[in-house]
This record gives sequence, structure tokens and C-alpha cells, in this order.
Amino acid sequence: MTAPDTLDRRRWMAVLARAPAEEIAGLLAGLPALPAPERLRGPETGLVMVRGRAGGDGAPFNLGEMTVTRCAVRLGDAVGHGYVAGRDKRQAELAALLDAALQDPARRDALLARVIVPLAARQQAARETEARKAAATRVDFFAMQTTR
Amino acid sequence: MSTLTAGFADPVLDAQAGFRAVLEAMSRPGRVQRAGTGLRPPAPLHQASAAVLLALADADTPLWLDAGADAEAWLRFHCGAPVVAAAGEAAFVLAAGAAPALASLARGSEEEPQRGATLVLQVGALEEGEGWRLCGPGIAREHRLRVTGAPDGFHAAWAANRAGFPCGVDVLLCAGDRLAALPRSVMIAEG
Repeated sequence: MTAPDTLDRRRWMAVLARAPAEEIAGLLAGLPALPAPERLRGPETGLVMVRGRAGGDGAPFNLGEMTVTRCAVRLGDAVGHGYVAGRDKRQAELAALLDAALQDPARRDALLARVIVPLAARQQAARETEARKAAATRVDFFAMQTTR
Repeated sequence: MSTLTAGFADPVLDAQAGFRAVLEAMSRPGRVQRAGTGLRPPAPLHQASAAVLLALADADTPLWLDAGADAEAWLRFHCGAPVVAAAGEAAFVLAAGAAPALASLARGSEEEPQRGATLVLQVGALEEGEGWRLCGPGIAREHRLRVTGAPDGFHAAWAANRAGFPCGVDVLLCAGDRLAALPRSVMIAEG
């Protein structure tokens, strides 16, 4: 089995972590059903300390704790991990299942095209909508300067 | 990663059952308990030693083991325990093959004897009622325990370990899903 590129895997895990469970399940419904995975851990909810650095190179400080749900499943030889913000256990399990399935070259292309790409497009569209809304409220400080 | 199998089916209740088995074994040295009967740990881990480590080891307990990459990956994944290169720095020492010398493990100090290491020693078989004669706290008169496959020179090493009380190393003997404890307070005589 050829291992997936780390960068590719990071990309699909990021998309899955941001996708609600209903969206993932909805896209999966149109595909042949995946085999039932073996649960290795979880899904379980816990707290993760988010750390930051002032200015990118300052001393690390604890920004705060966030709720994270994680799950690990095994599908054949592949172990899939899902870490998602919040307490949606179904989302964490679906993300882990898809991560495991995407490591299988026989399934990867179909899943990428039918699940990951549409999810990424929706997330990109949502980001752009929000950016447009924010841009519409922009105050032009240059204009205020000239009217003084 | 292909040998990564599931840990406890119910993390809370099974870990409590594992803890209870260790507690019973430590309170009654030489009495055999059962632990981890439903577990499927990767070879060469025994069910009992896997259950002990799943129940007790975590991110704050350095672990040393000689059980190979599969067992190390399994324990890292399920316990999150940091694996150290030197057995003397570990809080839990898992010996599947030749055990490191008792004297080389962390023994704690007079102020903090609880920092002594726990050696999880996998042996061939454990049988009550014959073999070694154990006496000490937790034993009314004597308990007999036959240990198949104990390391050579274990009795001399144990006597030296016992002499350093309250410092010392506690030993958990594991064979399959059978578990017996030798707390540092127990005295062993050949049967």
C-alpha cells in the first residue's frame, strides 16, 4: 500500500475537521458503503490547551482550553484519526473513518473527488461570503483624513 | 501501524477493574488475580501486563520496555506514556525478555519512596500453593507462589531490594491474564 503524501493527508484531515457530520454523511450516502471500521479509541471528548506566542517568536503562553472530540479507527491496515472542535462524536468518527479510507489507494480518488473536493469548495465559498460581508463594513480611514 | 489494536472496550470501567486487580495483588502478595482477560495486545505483551499499563501508565509516568516496536506503538497510542531509553529513569519498566537488574531501577528516596519504579515482569506461568514461600505485610503466615521463568539470581537481587526498605522496586508478575505482586515489603524464601 503506498502511503499518502503527508501534505495531502493534512489537507483532507483539515477539510474533514471543519465539515459538519451531516454534510459528510450526505456526501458519503451517494457512494458505495464503506466497511464497518474497528474502533481503536473513542470517540471521546476532552479539553486541549491552546498555546500561542506573542508576535510569533515571543514566550509561549496559554491562550485557553478548547473542547476537542477525537476518534481513531482501523480499516484494514490503515489507522484513521479524527480530531474535531466541539463535542460532535459522530463527526469525529466520520472524519476518522474517511481518513482511514483515504489512505487506501483503491478508494482514494473516488473519495477525494466526491467528498473532499465538494466539502473544500463549500468551506471556501463560506469563507468568501464572510469575507465579503466583512469587507462591506470596512471604514476607509483615508477618506476621513481628507474630509478634515 | 498495522498491528495497532483496540485497548480497553470501556476505558473507565476496565481501567478501574485493572486498578482493582493491582490493588488486590499488592495487598495480598503471592495471591494470583486476573486482569485484562478480554484484551488483544500485540505480541509479546501479555494481557495482564497490558491491562496494568493501560490502567496505570499515562503522560506523567516515563515507561521503559524491551517488548519491541509494535508493543511500544500500542502503549504510546493508548497510554500516551513517554518512552525513555534508560530503565533507571522510568516509573514503569516492562520486561518481556531479560529483565534489567533490580538495582539499576529507580528506588525512590527516604523522603519520596513512592518514586521507586514498578517492574512489570512477564513470566512463563504463575501457580499458587507451591514454590516460593512469601511472608511479610498482607500475609498471615505464608503464601506459596510458583513462578516459572523468573530471571536468574532473582532471590539475591530481591533480598538486596528488600534491605533498602522503604526505598525499592515493586514487582508485578504477569503470565497471560494472571497477575501476582511482590511489593517491596515482602520476603521471599526458596520453596
